Amino acid sequence: MSDQETKTKEYRRPMPADWWLKKRTYSLFMVRELTCVFVGGYSLILLILASRIGDQESVTAMLNSKTLSVLQLIALPMVIYHTVTWLNLTPKVLVLWRGEERVNPLLIAAVHYVAWIGVSIVILCVVFAYG
Amino acid sequence: MAANENSQPEATISLEVFRYCPEQEDEPRFQTYEVPYREDWVVLDALNYIKDKIDGSLTYRWSCRMGVCGSCGMMVNGEPKLTCAAFLRDYHPALIRVEPLSYFPVIRDLVINMEGFLDKLTEVKAWLVPKEEKPVSEGEYLQTPAELAKYKDFSMCINCMLCYSACPVFGHHEEFLGPAVIALAQRYNLDSRDGGADERAEAIFSHEGIWECTFVGDCSRVCPKNVDPAGAIQQAKVTATKDFYRSVLVPWGK
Repeated sequence: MSDQETKTKEYRRPMPADWWLKKRTYSLFMVRELTCVFVGGYSLILLILASRIGDQESVTAMLNSKTLSVLQLIALPMVIYHTVTWLNLTPKVLVLWRGEERVNPLLIAAVHYVAWIGVSIVILCVVFAYG
Repeated sequence: MAANENSQPEATISLEVFRYCPEQEDEPRFQTYEVPYREDWVVLDALNYIKDKIDGSLTYRWSCRMGVCGSCGMMVNGEPKLTCAAFLRDYHPALIRVEPLSYFPVIRDLVINMEGFLDKLTEVKAWLVPKEEKPVSEGEYLQTPAELAKYKDFSMCINCMLCYSACPVFGHHEEFLGPAVIALAQRYNLDSRDGGADERAEAIFSHEGIWECTFVGDCSRVCPKNVDPAGAIQQAKVTATKDFYRSVLVPWGK
């Protein structure tokens, strides 16, 4: 008797369309992925603003726009969530060894946080100095 | 063991178990069994009680019952678990739902088809390819503790496949190599005695390999041996990226 003749029919469970609602970890993953849309959207706003430097009127119009302000207010927590989730994962990507021990993963993440906050402070100082 | 006249009725717990009997039905169903509740029992003990005393037709895999063989993986209340490590007391008095490992085809009851996984292990050459062949007379391949530390975690994999049942990417694309296979490939790539990284590269650095992973991270969360397959995959991504830039910027070098 060959395997092909006696093999019983296997059952394949279908993958539901709402698979990402079934488990908390999946839902958080999808939220993280969707925040990319807001990161992209905010980058677009910044690029358009940058392309209009020199044209005082349209820059002021963009900065005063209520719609853009609301969009950016929505984007801000999304971008922060995006940043925090990825910074927390940096120790998985940046693996450094000192002999038999791994450099503490918390230290790796902490260095990235310090760099993020440091650069943000520098940018804020520049913006408020010239704004 | 005569029961005391004034004793309390024995505590029980119910298990709702996935059944699939392909010769009898086309569709699976659930069957509920009531088993004695013991403080020190695990789900595997309950399944063995069912098979022993209630329903001998229940089919499932198990072996060591102590979390080292990787045979008894199943979904317990929707979470991939080794049933020898899932204690009844963590669920009692609620009902426990036992299903076969997610995202694998079901052969019968709680038994899944793991052939795909085994084929992938061969595909990535999950064995040592010695850097330099040495006859036995020349002695062992030497390795420092620091060299061992680099891959030790990844060598702890017991091939239980819980990580595959946690991975939504594998759930959507069964051709994805998956967490365990890539972690095992990395176990050998990072082994100082191994020289097979180039042979493995085609399989791992592919669209069924590391680049299919979107770093959900659930695989590492469910791993019973703290292998951290997600970490292995991300390390492999870094290596692949470095190799790519090296080949572009320094094409004459190794």
